[in-house]
Amino acid sequence: MKNSPAFVIGAGAILFAALAFVPFYVDGYGLALAIGIASYTILATAWALFSGPTRYISLATVAFFGVGAYTVAVLGEVLPWPLVMLVAAINGMLLALVVGLSTLRLAGIYFVIFTFGLTELIKQLVTWYEVKITRTVGRYVFLDIDQQTIYWQLLALAAILFLVGYLIGRSRLGFALRIIGGDETVARHVGIDTTHAKVALFVLSALFMTLTGAIMAPRWTYIDPAIAFNPQVSFQAVIMALLGGVQRLWGPVLGVIPMTLLFEYLNANFPNYFILILGIVFMLIVYLLPQGVAGAVSSLRAWSRRDGKSVEEAR
Amino acid sequence: MLTNAILSGLTMGGMYALVAMGLTLQYGVSRIMNLAYGEFVIAASFVAFLLFTSGGLSPLVSLLIIVPAGFAVSYLVYGILLTPLVRRARSREALEADSILSTFGLLFIVQGLMLVFFGGNYTSYSYFNTPVQILGTTIAANRLVVLGFAVLFGAACYFFLMRTRTGVALRAVAVDPIAAGLVAVDVRWAAALAFALGGAIAVTGGVLVSMFLTFNANIGVVFTMKALIVVIMGGVGNVAGALAAGIILGLVESFVATFVDPGLTIAVTYAVFLAVLLVRPGGLFGTAK
Amino acid sequence: MKNLSKLRLSYALCAASLALIAASPALSQESVRIGYVVSKTGANAGGATTSTIPNYELWVHEINEAGGIQVGDQKLKIEVVEYDDRSSSEEAVRAVERLATQDKVDFILTPWGTGNNLAVGPIFDKYGYPQIAGTSVTDRAPDLAKRWPNSYWLLGTGGSYAEGFVDLLVKLREEGKIGDEVAMASIADGFGIELSTAGRTALQENGFKLVYDQTYPLGTQDLAPIVNEVKALNPDVFIAFSYPPDTLGLTDQARVLGFNPKIFYTGVATAFPLYKDRFKDAANGVVSLGGIDPNDEKVKAYIAKHKEVTGKEPDRWASFMTYAGLQALQQSIEQSGTLDKEKVSEVLRTGTFDTVLGNISFDNENRQVPNIFTVGQWQDGEFVGLVPTDKEGSGELVFPKPEWPAAQ
Repeated sequence: MKNSPAFVIGAGAILFAALAFVPFYVDGYGLALAIGIASYTILATAWALFSGPTRYISLATVAFFGVGAYTVAVLGEVLPWPLVMLVAAINGMLLALVVGLSTLRLAGIYFVIFTFGLTELIKQLVTWYEVKITRTVGRYVFLDIDQQTIYWQLLALAAILFLVGYLIGRSRLGFALRIIGGDETVARHVGIDTTHAKVALFVLSALFMTLTGAIMAPRWTYIDPAIAFNPQVSFQAVIMALLGGVQRLWGPVLGVIPMTLLFEYLNANFPNYFILILGIVFMLIVYLLPQGVAGAVSSLRAWSRRDGKSVEEAR
Repeated sequence: MLTNAILSGLTMGGMYALVAMGLTLQYGVSRIMNLAYGEFVIAASFVAFLLFTSGGLSPLVSLLIIVPAGFAVSYLVYGILLTPLVRRARSREALEADSILSTFGLLFIVQGLMLVFFGGNYTSYSYFNTPVQILGTTIAANRLVVLGFAVLFGAACYFFLMRTRTGVALRAVAVDPIAAGLVAVDVRWAAALAFALGGAIAVTGGVLVSMFLTFNANIGVVFTMKALIVVIMGGVGNVAGALAAGIILGLVESFVATFVDPGLTIAVTYAVFLAVLLVRPGGLFGTAK
Repeated sequence: MKNLSKLRLSYALCAASLALIAASPALSQESVRIGYVVSKTGANAGGATTSTIPNYELWVHEINEAGGIQVGDQKLKIEVVEYDDRSSSEEAVRAVERLATQDKVDFILTPWGTGNNLAVGPIFDKYGYPQIAGTSVTDRAPDLAKRWPNSYWLLGTGGSYAEGFVDLLVKLREEGKIGDEVAMASIADGFGIELSTAGRTALQENGFKLVYDQTYPLGTQDLAPIVNEVKALNPDVFIAFSYPPDTLGLTDQARVLGFNPKIFYTGVATAFPLYKDRFKDAANGVVSLGGIDPNDEKVKAYIAKHKEVTGKEPDRWASFMTYAGLQALQQSIEQSGTLDKEKVSEVLRTGTFDTVLGNISFDNENRQVPNIFTVGQWQDGEFVGLVPTDKEGSGELVFPKPEWPAAQ
């Protein structure tokens, strides 16, 4: 925070410019890995953008991601690419607006489960629509967008996300959100329109998730509801963000990179025990490095201390 | 057609309710959001399958082995894996987040073990699959057994929670662990007991559903999510609520499948659930906070 | 303060992972490197564990047991590099990239399922690997063959299965054995919808009446309402384009509820050994996709070997295509005498191969295997291929379906 905005933005711009050269130095797998890291960086960072300050754990990431992917599947061969992206963005934001307005009064686990249920509901409805109306489930996306272009699009989106995140952190909205995160009642008492602030952030975060889905869709040639709305994506984004820490804008990246590399390492060396070892590693992280994973709750701790509820409930 | 739909809905609902009752105990009393819950259900299905095919043991008999084992394993899981988290958690939210993360790891471990031992194959066997005539329609006997167990367990849990000293202690912990501790309830013990009881119910569900559902190592999450929906609809920690919510869900599914469109059953499940959450966030039978 | 240790954790993990990844095994010159990416976990694992993985293991085992593949004048053993795609398209794409560019394997075997085969298609194409898909049913197979010249779609189109079955029904009606009424239920997923769409068109063109035509979502656990409703309509023919759990569930419910139409057709998993083990005599007369000629010596030998090596029988449908694809790959390597992908592909495109499906060739526009069994029926413990009826070794339909035996 002590650095001047011009310096931070300038440094960020240089970093992203440098990352743009990655495709020229790596092979196909390296690029695939870079795409994986870039896409989860956006998802996890966008997730933390909303969930970090508000402490709402959303499992709806893939709902927006899937809406983006499906928009491309439906319109990809009909409209020019920028227009497809625009439609995807509008779809995602509209959905986020409806969801945000109707659910943000739910708290805690209820919000978690609601967002999960919502994703499943959307998946079911898309399937039903395809079956009944278009009489085909599974769409073919034959777009000639090569891997480098996908990477650059993701990188550009990530750059915008970080810029937006940085500016929000310095804005009145960011300040308001930190107060809401600290104590919503207090926030309301000092005259913050908490609902508007939260919904605005939710929609913004959803926008980036939707666009990530839209950019990634051409990679898979074939999209069906199970592929587009795979709940694993939501879980993975949450886990990565929590591992990295959601209190800083750059926190989630620190979860995304090691987790992606860990997944790759385990998959290459223990393809038959991948899940088992992943589980053990996961447990070890939770137990041995509580600070690493507890990033998500560090604000909760601060809050609970201030709140005078620091007596360990379950003790 | 109406009786068919009701019967089919009741038996499926019984299954949902039975599976959900364990989770509602674990989450309501122990405050552990156990994401590996469904894996315990399926693990029990595999054990029942193994005992049936290699040992010729009827699943109903193997309950006598598997249920105590499930209780013991869950007790150990709580004692060894979850107690450190409980001890370090400074607030309910912190414990919730920690328990989500650690049981997420546990989910992978149990699933990984099942994959190592049983592979990813679909598994299915037939037991007690005889047609039974009721009210002019036919239904498989094993599905009636599940409904019977659900009602039995529901009643037993209800009696246990309402009428016994231990039950009262568990309820006290569910309502307010700090206050419960103040009136000399051993909170740690109560939480472990509830978690273990929940585990015992989970494996009972697993053994019973293995009689008529095709399962493999990867479908545990389906049960976790169904159970979670029922738990939230019924009100967290509310056993009778879980029973009612499970049966309602089963009936809704079966009516939609029969009279509307089988393509919409799962969509309607979620729609009903989301509607309940929005209108009564505390669950149908919970007290809204 | 707290963030500091978090940071340290992340860096440590990051460094550790990088170090471990760098330590991948060096290239070996004395073997053929074969890579594959399959769903060992996740939603696709059930299918992959039945039709794909055992055949890959069997094939590798057989070749290495025989001393290797004959490549030119040397015999090279197979070295396997395998990944789990966790039933995710993105993971499959990335892992195939890895096989192609990092592991630099000589050949890549295909993943399980339509979705993942389509997802990895562009990568196979980019690096010039032949893609011999044995578990992919898609109506776009001809387009795909054009788009990706090195791709082969052994399982054919959804339409071919549905139409083969409707032809059978037309014949039965001509013989006066069945009426016009048909009930159809299908899973709301690519496979079920593709088949039911083709089936619906073919049925309506031939003047059949669809008295029940519904879909149900993936993960449906209660199939009793569907069977109850269909039973009340009492059609002569019941068709379910279903997936494994519901195939078993529908059969189970039909038996319990005493619904015994003259033709009872269920989808994927009917041809699995699991089905026979589960239903024993009750499986008799059930019709489905696939089928084999049980008297064919090669078929018998393959089933026996599969059982010996993997401990279980192959399914009577996609396993055969998968294994035939592997045999074709092996023979085209041996015939071309090189590991050069370009030359092997050339042989694969034009040659004829002696496989468990008989002598096959991909030398046609769609690069599919012509004349595979599309309809089969369980007859006394064997899943006998019925359609195409002019195919050598095709069996006769047992009609009507026998009564369900009393449940055990």
